[in-house]
Amino acid sequence: MSHDHSLNPETMPHNPEKATLEGKNKFLGLWFFLGGETVLFASLFGTYLALKNSTAGGPSSEELFGLELVFIMTMLLLTSSLTSVYAMYHMKNNDFKKMQLWLGITGLLGLAFLSLEIYEFYHYIHDYGFTFRSSAFGSAFYTLVGFHGGHVLFGLCWLTAIMVRNAKRGLNLYNAPKFNTFSLYWHFIDVVWVFIFTVVYLMGKVG
Amino acid sequence: MSNAATQNKGFAAVLWDYLTTVDHKKIGKLYLYAGGLFFLLGGLEAMIIRIQLIKPENNFISAGLYNEMITMHGTTMIFLAAMPLLLGLMNAIMPLQIGARDVAFPFLNSLGFWMFLFGGIMLNVSWFTGGAPDSGWTAYAPLSTQSPGHGVDYYVMGLQLSGAGTLMGGINFLVTIVNMRAPGMTYMRMPLFTWTTFVVSILILFAFPALTVGLFLLMFDRMFGAAFFDVALGGNSIIWQHLFWIFGHPEVYILILPAFGLFSDIFSTFSKKRLFGYTAMVFATILIAFLGFMVWAHHMFTVGMGPVANSIFAIATMAIAVPTGIKIFNWLLTLWGGSITINSAMLWSLGFIPSFTLGGMTGVMVAAAVADYQYHDTYFVVAHFHYVIVGGVVFGILAGLHYWWPKIFGRILHEGMGKLTFWTFFIGFHLTFFIQHFLGLMGMPRRYWVFLEDQGLDTGNLISTIGAFFMAFGVIVFLINAIYTAVKGEKAPADPWDGRTLEWAISSPPPHYNFKQLPLVRGLDPLWIEKMEGKGKMTPAEPLGDIHMPNGSIIPFVMSLGFFIASFGFIYQTNYDIAYIFLFGGMAIGLGSMLVRSLKDDHGYHITKEELEREAD
Repeated sequence: MSHDHSLNPETMPHNPEKATLEGKNKFLGLWFFLGGETVLFASLFGTYLALKNSTAGGPSSEELFGLELVFIMTMLLLTSSLTSVYAMYHMKNNDFKKMQLWLGITGLLGLAFLSLEIYEFYHYIHDYGFTFRSSAFGSAFYTLVGFHGGHVLFGLCWLTAIMVRNAKRGLNLYNAPKFNTFSLYWHFIDVVWVFIFTVVYLMGKVG
Repeated sequence: MSNAATQNKGFAAVLWDYLTTVDHKKIGKLYLYAGGLFFLLGGLEAMIIRIQLIKPENNFISAGLYNEMITMHGTTMIFLAAMPLLLGLMNAIMPLQIGARDVAFPFLNSLGFWMFLFGGIMLNVSWFTGGAPDSGWTAYAPLSTQSPGHGVDYYVMGLQLSGAGTLMGGINFLVTIVNMRAPGMTYMRMPLFTWTTFVVSILILFAFPALTVGLFLLMFDRMFGAAFFDVALGGNSIIWQHLFWIFGHPEVYILILPAFGLFSDIFSTFSKKRLFGYTAMVFATILIAFLGFMVWAHHMFTVGMGPVANSIFAIATMAIAVPTGIKIFNWLLTLWGGSITINSAMLWSLGFIPSFTLGGMTGVMVAAAVADYQYHDTYFVVAHFHYVIVGGVVFGILAGLHYWWPKIFGRILHEGMGKLTFWTFFIGFHLTFFIQHFLGLMGMPRRYWVFLEDQGLDTGNLISTIGAFFMAFGVIVFLINAIYTAVKGEKAPADPWDGRTLEWAISSPPPHYNFKQLPLVRGLDPLWIEKMEGKGKMTPAEPLGDIHMPNGSIIPFVMSLGFFIASFGFIYQTNYDIAYIFLFGGMAIGLGSMLVRSLKDDHGYHITKEELEREAD
């Protein structure tokens, strides 16, 4: 068993992220983790659906939500999922610089999404007095969307950490699984947002 | 890192070794020690409850303290005793049964343990800081949101920590079983205990996040002024009940299925027969797990969900009796015609069958939604769930401990004391809980501090309390047995029970790398196959070579400590601003540890071929 995990184009395995047992374990483990996360968000969605009309005299979802902003946010996050696919494509071709570039773009898109979400929350609180404490609807809304936002924030910190850590040494069989699991996680965050966009915003506006 | 170096060490070195260990066998032991300690605490709480109920209108403890006792007894026994003891057995044994050198994520395994332990400590700190949680182990809102003081806050944070630890354990076992089975160990050759570990891990994975969300909602309501359960602001307290039981019902299968698995292994070993209906046993396990997710609302028949919902959940619940019945008959048929050895492990297993069947029968009774209006919140239900949890899970844990003690600790438990433990505990158990069925049918409600004189409840409660003392006596004998065995118990050979599965193919206790060479598995009960063909030991599946091992780490301990400190910050930020220091400081330690773990490369180390050759078999 070799102690040197670094890659060069000649010895490059087809899927560097799954070439070692540790890599395979991380890959499968993250999939299972996402299974648990699905139940976590399903529980939050269930709670939100039960409480979305409990406005306690405050503004309703029709009055609050504006689809323009949320549409832009959706596009940003969907695009960031695509750019992370590009990054993984370059990882499999052992092109570290291009992988870092696309991961960087992914991070910036995620950051833009998060900034718009913070602006959105600020807007509701400041202009409508719609807060976490004002009604059961408020608690459920900020909890569901906030949990997703928290996942985006965690993903951004994670991405920054592994990009900075590996910036100088390039790709190897030890860090390839780390980039790959991040990308899987990022797709999951994106899928959850698609459901939030549909269930919270579209159904809240017209449902 | 050789074995000789680990033998003559001072206390500090041993302590450091256990704080940093990532070895599944040592983590298994830690789970057993901690789970055992919490089991004693939970038992003490049970004794206090029974002493309070020994006679009508007793004044042994106050009403408020009684509420704390019942809450902490339930919470401790479920989350801090039964689950960790089972996780300990899984950790210690499952990797050996599939012929693996360790679990898939040794670091995560250690983190899971420390998160559980700090969660358990968190819960019990509440005794000393103004009162334990007092709204029942189910913490129904709005009782839990309105409960004064910080008791319920400790419940929320303690369970959140230990729940996160359990979730990590579940993911770890799943990946281990999928990716790390020895050559030839196909799914349908895995021992039943490994199978149930696998299925239970799936249950943990899909059930615990519902509790996580429930606890977050309760935390937000209590500590940050949210309105999930506040009816005045449009909240709905039934949401808690749904989330709690979407977790809570699978949780009872999380507890019982590993016991089913280890009973299957024990019956097969001590009857000297292949498990009867192996395939049916596997599919019955999966079916129980699947149905276990469809029945949560049978805890809520009296909430007012309406006749349609009640009927659906009632029928789904009764359906679980079918795969469970398949299991009971398969155990009986494994015994049938076998060459049976009766020892302590086998006594617990034989005692389990009638005890658990009684609990299963009352289970079908309470599943009948219409009749449940009569049983709900009475001692009938208390009797029912103690029959399945004590008669199933605790008997299972004790059977497993007697069976695997030699493998885990390298010494055999004393048979005489083992039998004395069984008989006193078994008799005490039925004395305590059988009479409670009738107390319940006569109308004694659960969770009441006192009962009145001359209502037909006096004798029953007295008998129940006497039974509890028998159980306590049995537990004390077991403790003495454990200490006696540690000091002068008989040294265990590799295979003391003439076993059938892979864990008996290596020494007791196993070397830290488990298998020098991974074994080649040629069928179900692989060791037995080799014995029957006259070889008596496993054929290696690989030449002797370097073994890759993970490094120990203190990070899991520090990370858990960080979140533990932060939990105090969350609880007390409602009173004191200074608590924010703990909140942010603790989170910084916890998240900082995660960052360190991510940034610092950890390639593990290798035990070389030469070192392995020097060590005797």
